[in-house]
Formats: sequence, C-alpha cells, structure tokens
Amino acid sequence: MTVHQTIRPGATGEVVMSARHVAKHYGAVKALKGVNFDIHRGQVTTLFGENGAGKSTLMKILSGIVTPTSGQILLDGQPVTFHGANDALAQGISIIHQELALAPNLNVRDNIFMGREIRTARGVDFAEEERVTRALMEELEEDIDPLTPVEELRLGQQQIVEIARALQARSRILIMDEPTSALSASEVEVLFKVINDLTAKGVSIVYISHHLEEALEVTDHAVVLRDGEMTAWAPRAEIDLEWIVRNMVGENFDLGSPPESEMGAPALSIEELCVPDPSGHGLLVDHMNLSVKAGEIVCIYGLMGAGRTEMMECAAGRLAASGGAVKLHGQDVSGLTISQRIEAGLVLVPEDRQRDGLVQTMSVGQNLSLASIGAFTRGLFTSRKAERKVVETSIREVTVKTDGGGAMIGSLSGGNQQKVVIGKMLATRPEVILLDEPSRGIDIGAKAEVFKLLAQTAKERGLAVVYSTSEVGECLSIAHRIIVMHRGRIAATFDQTATKEQIMAASGEAVHH
Amino acid sequence: MADITTSKPTTGGTSMNIGKILLEGRAFFALVAIIIVFSILSPVYFSVGNFLIMSSHVAIFGLLAIGMLLVILNGGIDLSVGSTLGLSGVVAGYLMQGVEIPAAGVILYPPVWAVVLLTICLGAFVGAINGVLIAFFNVPAFVATLGMLYVARGVALLMTNGLTYNNLGGDAALGNTGFDWLGFNRIGGVPIGVIVLALVALVVGLVLARTAFGRWLYASGGNERAAELSGVPTRKVKVSVYVLSGICAAIAGLVLSSQLTSAGPTAGTTYELTAIAAVVIGGAALTGGRGNVRGTMLGAFVIGFLSDGLVIIGVSAYWQTVFTGAVIVLAVLLNSLQYGRSGR
Repeated sequence: MTVHQTIRPGATGEVVMSARHVAKHYGAVKALKGVNFDIHRGQVTTLFGENGAGKSTLMKILSGIVTPTSGQILLDGQPVTFHGANDALAQGISIIHQELALAPNLNVRDNIFMGREIRTARGVDFAEEERVTRALMEELEEDIDPLTPVEELRLGQQQIVEIARALQARSRILIMDEPTSALSASEVEVLFKVINDLTAKGVSIVYISHHLEEALEVTDHAVVLRDGEMTAWAPRAEIDLEWIVRNMVGENFDLGSPPESEMGAPALSIEELCVPDPSGHGLLVDHMNLSVKAGEIVCIYGLMGAGRTEMMECAAGRLAASGGAVKLHGQDVSGLTISQRIEAGLVLVPEDRQRDGLVQTMSVGQNLSLASIGAFTRGLFTSRKAERKVVETSIREVTVKTDGGGAMIGSLSGGNQQKVVIGKMLATRPEVILLDEPSRGIDIGAKAEVFKLLAQTAKERGLAVVYSTSEVGECLSIAHRIIVMHRGRIAATFDQTATKEQIMAASGEAVHH
Repeated sequence: MADITTSKPTTGGTSMNIGKILLEGRAFFALVAIIIVFSILSPVYFSVGNFLIMSSHVAIFGLLAIGMLLVILNGGIDLSVGSTLGLSGVVAGYLMQGVEIPAAGVILYPPVWAVVLLTICLGAFVGAINGVLIAFFNVPAFVATLGMLYVARGVALLMTNGLTYNNLGGDAALGNTGFDWLGFNRIGGVPIGVIVLALVALVVGLVLARTAFGRWLYASGGNERAAELSGVPTRKVKVSVYVLSGICAAIAGLVLSSQLTSAGPTAGTTYELTAIAAVVIGGAALTGGRGNVRGTMLGAFVIGFLSDGLVIIGVSAYWQTVFTGAVIVLAVLLNSLQYGRSGR
C-alpha cells in the first residue's frame, strides 16, 4: 500500500492552503488580528513567535479545531469551512499537538487506527490493520512492532506513531506543534529525516518551534507572528537567526532596565538543592546553588526541561527535595509547608495560571485575597470592609483592568489574570517572590507592565525577585543577574552586558551543525 | 499611577434579565410553583399545619443535604450518609437500651445528652475515616464513601441482628427520658427537627460566607492546585468536610429515630441520593466550588414538598419516583446551562 496515493500532482512550492485575514477573538482578547498565511506544497513552513503571539490559535484554525471569528481559509484556492477537526482531517489536514494525543494503554496499531478502524462484516480487520501499520513503520524507517503498547515507547517513537497516524489518514498537510521539545538530539535527527522524506513525497509541513536554530535547519519558509499579527515573512534563503529574533521581539521592545535598588543581605539561599526525576532515575535539579539578595532581581533562562520549574516549586514547598536546603534569611525552611513558607515570606507565582494560579469559580477579588485571608479576619469571621480594602489596594497596586473586585475572573484578559495571580501573592507582603514564566501567554504591553511592577516592588519594598523565562529578550530587561540553567544545573551567569547569542548558546539551545 | 478601575454600569435587556433571574432563582420558583399547584389540587395542602409536618420530613433530608453540600463544594461526594444515619440511629438506640458491662455486673443507662454527644462523635468518626482515606491515601471519594456505605450499614445490621430497637422513650426511674423530645416536641408550634435544621443551616451558611474556612472550601473546590499554592491547607479542609458531613448524618439519624421512637438498621437507605439531589437542585456544581446553603435548602424543600404533595393528592408511590427523577435531571440540565455560559 502506498500511503500518499491521494496527493494530487502539482508543483513543489505551489500554495496549497492559505489563510486570508483570519482573526480570532476570545471575548475581549484578540488572539489573532487578521493574519495571512500560506502553506506550500512539499515544503516546510515554520511559524515563529513568542508565547501568546497566536501561533497555536492559528494552527487550531487551520486544523479545524477552532472556528475563526472572521477571515477565510482557502484550500487549493477554494474557500473552505471546517466543522471540527474530523472535517479538516477528511480534507487531508492533520495536527500533531505538543502534548501527544495517544492512548498509552493501546498498542501502536490500535492507536494508528483509533476512530478509523477497518471494519468488515465480521468486526475489525486486525490483520489488515497490522499489515498497514508495518508498512507505515517501514516507510518511516522505525523499527516499532505494531503490537507494542504505546506507553512502552520512548517519546520520540510516540511522535513517530503520531506521524504514522497522520499518514494513514492520507494527510497532505501536517501541522507539528513543538515536535522537538521533548526529544533527544538523536531523535530530533530522525524526525528531521522523516520530515525531509515527507516533503519529498509532496506532503506540506507546518512547523512550530521555540528552538530557533533547529527550526532554521529544516524550514523552507519562515513566518513570524507577534501579538496576533504577522510581522514578517521570508523564504529560508533570505533570513538568519537575528532576523527572526528581531521580528519576534520587535524593534522598540523595551521591558525596562534593572532598578537601582539597594541590595541587602541574602534573602533567599538555595544550597546544593536536588529534585529527583519522578521516573526514579536522574535529577531534575542537580545540586543547585543560588543566592538572591533583598532588592535583587534574578532572571533564570533555560529551555523546557532545564529544571527551572522544579527548582521553583521545590523552593516554594510544592515538590519534595532529595537533598540540599532552602534558606530564607539564613533560616532553613525546607521542612515547612507551602502555607508556612508563605507566612515566612517566600511565595511562588506558578507557571500555568489557569491550572495552578486562579480559582475560576471565584471573583477577581476573592482570587486576589485568597492568600491573605488572615489579614482581614477579625476573630472567627472575615470582615467584608477589610477585605474590600485589601482587594482595592491590590487592584490599584498591580493595575488590574477590571470592573471591580466582584467581576468573574474569566472576564479578564490573560495579562490581567496574570496580574491577579501576582497581586494575590504580593498581598501577602512577601520578602522573596519566585515567578515561573510570568510573561507566558500575555501580550507585550502586559509584559512590560508586569516587569515594571516587579522592578518597582523590588526597589520600593526590597523584595528579592526570581523570575524564569523562555524568551531571551526578557532576560535583558529588569534583571540584575541572568542565570542560565541547563539539565538541572547553572550553566552560566551573566549581567546586563551579555548578548542574546551568548545567553542562548549557554542554554544548550539546539546547536546541530 | 492611573486609576484603572472603572465601574461600568451593568447594561442588558430587560428580557435577558428576567431570563437570568428565572435561571438563577430556579429552585425558589420551582418551590413556589409546587406549592401553588398542590394547593389548587388539594384543599388540605395549603395550611400551616401541613407545612410544618412536611418540613419535619424535609428536616431529615435537609440535614444530610447540608453535609453533602460541603462535600460537593469540595469537589467530592459522600455516598455513606444514608448508612451513617442508620448506624447513628442504631447506636443511639443501643445506648438508650442500656450498656451492659458484664465484668462489673452493671447496666449503664447514659443520660440523653450523653447519647446525643456520643452519636455525634460516631458520625464525626465515620466521616474522619472517609476524609483520611480520600485526602491522605488518595482513594477516590466515590469509592471510599461507597465502601463506607456498605461497612456502616453492615455494622448497624450486626449490632441489631437485623432487628429494630423499639421504645426509645427511656424510663424516669433510670433518668434517661427525653429522647423523643427531638422528634415530637415543638417550640412555638415548630417541630424541634425543623429548628435543628434551621440552626445547622444558619451556622453552616455563616461559616461558608464569612469565615476563612468557608473561603478555603470554595477555593479548594474550585481549583485545588491553585488553592494549595496560595497557602490553603487543602487536606485539612478535605478531611473537615467529610467529618462535618458525618456529623450532619448523625444529627439526622438522631432526629429520625426520635421521630419514630425506634431505631432500625435499614433506616436511611438511599437517603444519600436524595441529599445529592437536593444539593444539585439547589444549583451546586458537582465539579465543586459552586453552591450555597440557601440553594440546598430550597432543593431539599422542593423534593420534600413535591413528594409529600404527591402523597396528599393520592398519586402512586411509583409515580413519585418518576417525578423526583425528572426534577433532578431538569435541575442538572439548568445547572449546565448556567455554568456553561459563565465559562470554564
């Protein structure tokens, strides 16, 4: 069986699918503001952009998961409307999500044919399914037995299974969202080889990655999104890394500079901290040492999986350490619970604000006051008046744009929701604040405001600030010190004189030459 | 710093507002509708006397439903309350009959207040087992409390050998009279059971709206991870709600056995489902974080006044079951309509 029999003839490079003035609004939030985007036959088009730039929204529109608010999708020059992902799949468009959508308990064959089983009068034709699966695996040059349960495969192999599933559905357009983020270097090479084979057969690939250099290796076209708008487009031959970064981040991108705060004694000291990998082997944070003074701002840069999140969650008491100590003003807080650490002045603003930061069923005010209920409790009961005061002060301090403390949290934009999470923790009057990717998924204006707020608080209150980021541009803003993490260790330390290239190189960011 | 906070007047069409009021006050309007319909169908329905009798029936479900509300606000479920109710009644009956201590050769007759206290402690203990299993051993609430449903019922049957303790009136000579006070007496014409329900509802309502614990409960039900990272002692909250649910069930068991002056081991069978129904009709979300005592009370009264009304107008008991089921499904349908709009 040849898998690509449905691919119609046509010149390589011809536009096969395009988006015209596509916009998507979620309430007041404009995720996409009229984007044009072309996919070329048999070529790789890479979508660059920071978190929250609208890449995922655009991909979801192209794959039929999300319906655009306005604009048009053209397939082979004809306007199309997708009613759900299955409709797009039927037209030959597949998406492989960053988080793989496989059933780990089922075997490779059943995963590939999930929902599309070969049915006969006597039930499912497992023999034929197995034969096709074998053929697909041969084509992808992967030695995977069709009857292996998916949970026994390495992540890279699972990705291959996802690709095989897309091929089985005779996809001619394959969208890959951050396919390499969880892969080892050798697995990335296999993936790139598969991508080259697929494009040679006329399959068009849309590729999203944060590993810029890696993406440059494989792509034919680059498209850059910023704040929901397409800022640049060019074929591979005309661009380089600097071009991408410039267009992603913007020319007049100013996130502020380090405040001239008076640095005090070390507020937070992390000593020889180790966090074990939940799978049992290896360390996610490997004997890490870090000391942050009162009034100092430290930025932690690193790739996904570098151990930033784990380090912060361990310091805040969410994860258990397997060794080392976390000290607050010289006092070991390792044995304390999360609430005791908050009381002591050590707070965390988590990475995923929807999952870990906000209570969606509560109002803006209730979210803001959640961590400091003690401050407005009089005896047994909470005082409404005192709570309103706490909430109003917080809203003013962190400049949340809201109809008031009674508004539902879901009515706010992403940036304002993030300010609520930060405001909630600042309301506890902390001495050390850890922020895990505080700029994730918020627009550039909100980012600048968040950084300004942090710089101001560090200066005025003598707060020690540690924030992590995946965007190199955000390192060179308010931080007095930039620490690059790689595989659970500190790989390098810089000050504001560092260049983006130096920081990226130290993080081990995808250098395959 | 610029003043960012703006208070926009809430605008909206009048028709939308009426729809919204109807949706949000649906339990209240349902109750009014039930009272009107049955008052038309039966001349005896609309009278203070009948309302008080029906209310004393509601008291049992209402007490269970308040405990259940706390558990559901936390995102859990407590299937054991019916059995805990039965077990509490049996234990109260056992204590009233006198505790024989063979070694000392005496029979102890604890006074009624001690019986009540011990029974409530039993309810708390049963709830604590549920809570610890769920919060510290990560047993799903459904499974842990389903197990307790069987265990508590089995213990009640073992204690009585399947029989019923009758004549719990006590004996003046033994100084343990007054058990029937809970079920039979009235203060200002209102049955004690209804007063107990009102008190419990008031206290729990206050706790939910005005204490740190109440806020913790709503937060950990709405998003446990976020609550934990904000310093909420989520495990303590979780154990507490099951303990409180057990206590409510024990109080309900006392009121019921007092009303009947007997305690049977099968009392309260399937009552947990009625309690869940009352909470859901009252607008609480089974996913946690949404709901209040007022709604749950309305839900309990809707169920109680509906089923008693059907009895009064002589509809077959089988039809009552059908009606109750339909009301529950309708309530959940409206819940998803309400919460589906206001986002995730």
